[in-house]
Amino acid sequence: MQKIEAIIRDFKIEVVKDALATQGVRGLTVTEVRGFGRQKGHTETYRGAEYEVEFMPKIKIEIVVPAERTQAIVDTIIQAAKTGQTGDGKIFVSDLAEAIRIRTGETGKDAI
Amino acid sequence: MRTLVRIGLALWMAGWILAVTAMAEVTESEELGAAAAEEVEPAIDTGDNAWMLTSSALVLMMTAPGLALFYGGLVRKKNVLGLMMQCVFLMGLMTIIWALWGYTLSFGGDGAWIGSDEFLCMQNVQSQWKDGAPDVPMEGTIPRLTHMLFQGMFFIITPALICGAFAERMKFSTMVVFMILWGTLVYCPLCHWVWDGGILAFGSSSASSIGRGGALDFAGGTVVHISSGVSALICALLIGKRLGFGSEPMPPHNMTYTAIGAAMLWVGWFGFNAGSALAADGIAASAFAVTHFGAAAGALAWAAMEWIKRGKPSVLGACSGLVAGLVCVTPAAGFVQPMSGIIMGLAAGVVCFFACTTIKNKFGYDDSLDAFGVHGMGGTLGAVLTGVFATRAVSDMADGAPLGLIEGGTIITGQIAAVAITWVLAVVVTFILLKVLDVTMGLRVPESEEIEGLDLSQHGEEGYIFI
Repeated sequence: MQKIEAIIRDFKIEVVKDALATQGVRGLTVTEVRGFGRQKGHTETYRGAEYEVEFMPKIKIEIVVPAERTQAIVDTIIQAAKTGQTGDGKIFVSDLAEAIRIRTGETGKDAI
Repeated sequence: MRTLVRIGLALWMAGWILAVTAMAEVTESEELGAAAAEEVEPAIDTGDNAWMLTSSALVLMMTAPGLALFYGGLVRKKNVLGLMMQCVFLMGLMTIIWALWGYTLSFGGDGAWIGSDEFLCMQNVQSQWKDGAPDVPMEGTIPRLTHMLFQGMFFIITPALICGAFAERMKFSTMVVFMILWGTLVYCPLCHWVWDGGILAFGSSSASSIGRGGALDFAGGTVVHISSGVSALICALLIGKRLGFGSEPMPPHNMTYTAIGAAMLWVGWFGFNAGSALAADGIAASAFAVTHFGAAAGALAWAAMEWIKRGKPSVLGACSGLVAGLVCVTPAAGFVQPMSGIIMGLAAGVVCFFACTTIKNKFGYDDSLDAFGVHGMGGTLGAVLTGVFATRAVSDMADGAPLGLIEGGTIITGQIAAVAITWVLAVVVTFILLKVLDVTMGLRVPESEEIEGLDLSQHGEEGYIFI
């Protein structure tokens, strides 16, 4: 099994979720995060006090998939999340030691 | 969620006051009909009383939710409750002080320097048994109770304005003691001087030399805005800057609160200014117009300054501008024409814009929410401009003599004298109070508590619990 973490633009979440569903991905975890890479932030001004806001709001998706499906799912995410502008995000893939379903105790591929 | 509960409570209180007012008015008109033949005292004017009770509720609403939201949105999330607690607690604290000794010190007797004990603990204010019937002491055409209530709402909001200067770092217990003393030693004497025939009251015998004839202050340019704004500056200077000021980002955590609060202040200010007519008459209507036009012009002026200097007008700019305009016309509301209100609002928008940006940055003091920049500067500007634009055509204050510079009058001397004396009073007393409290109680919270945030360190609460 492998864990895929995708950090994407916040407005892309619905599009990516629907695309993942077509690939048979039935469950995922989503967190609101802030971060930056090469994308520039913006300046806000309050009564003459200027603030550089570097951290941009993004969405992080975490899914666990069978290793043989990883490439197809990563390609799907890229296709759905891409705009071509700086700030589209990143995908990280890591090996996963174990997955367990809490309700039944199933492990491994039966748990995802 | 807690902040919403507090807002709800304040609105509920205001609504309750309005409801009781409505019920009382029905009873009074019936009473008047029956008692007209025997009445020796001037009868209660139901229109005046209804308006004044409504105005009292409007002014209370200005403190909370108005100011609570306006200021609350400007501080960091970890201090939002700290600020709202200051507003809400002061509503309670200042009310009790007003009832016990505040009203009498401000409005009792005929002294030049301070009020007598005539109204101590509400005697001669509340109804008494006289000649076999309840007797309602009157203040002109309204019950003295109504007058006391209206003025009491001013006694509440003036200290609350100062909170903007020491936001996010002052110890709550010290603030409580400071406000009890400040209210008693600054507000009450000043109120008496300006509004109860004291040394700054226009045309009073006490004012002829020291006050250069006294000043026209319709709704509190000196009594409320200069006093609080200048005291705020002293607080900011003596308490010192917030940790991380100038290096750490401290943007407003919720500009939507600030916008809503500003709107409430605008509406509430109609009670503040037009209610200062103490009657539902032509002056009230004129003051209402001046107030409204001043706010409108102020909003446009500040936003325009930002548009010109920074390329974008901001919500904070428009809100700060409307408040600056309202502050500026406060002393002038019942003495100038509505079109003068526009000019004053425009001037305030521009002057306070510079006070809160260029001047504050140049001197580097941390007047966190611009209490001095808006109220101190705006009030000073307004008090002086009242000397320019006051006209006998609105209110004949000097037996037909011209008032403001625009009609060849000379009251501006009295205006400047009042401004100067108010500044001195505010600076000296605030300085002494803060020095004493610094030694005895400590002014600031410890560093760790300031970093943790006042909501947790002073009150054991969190403003927002989303997870």
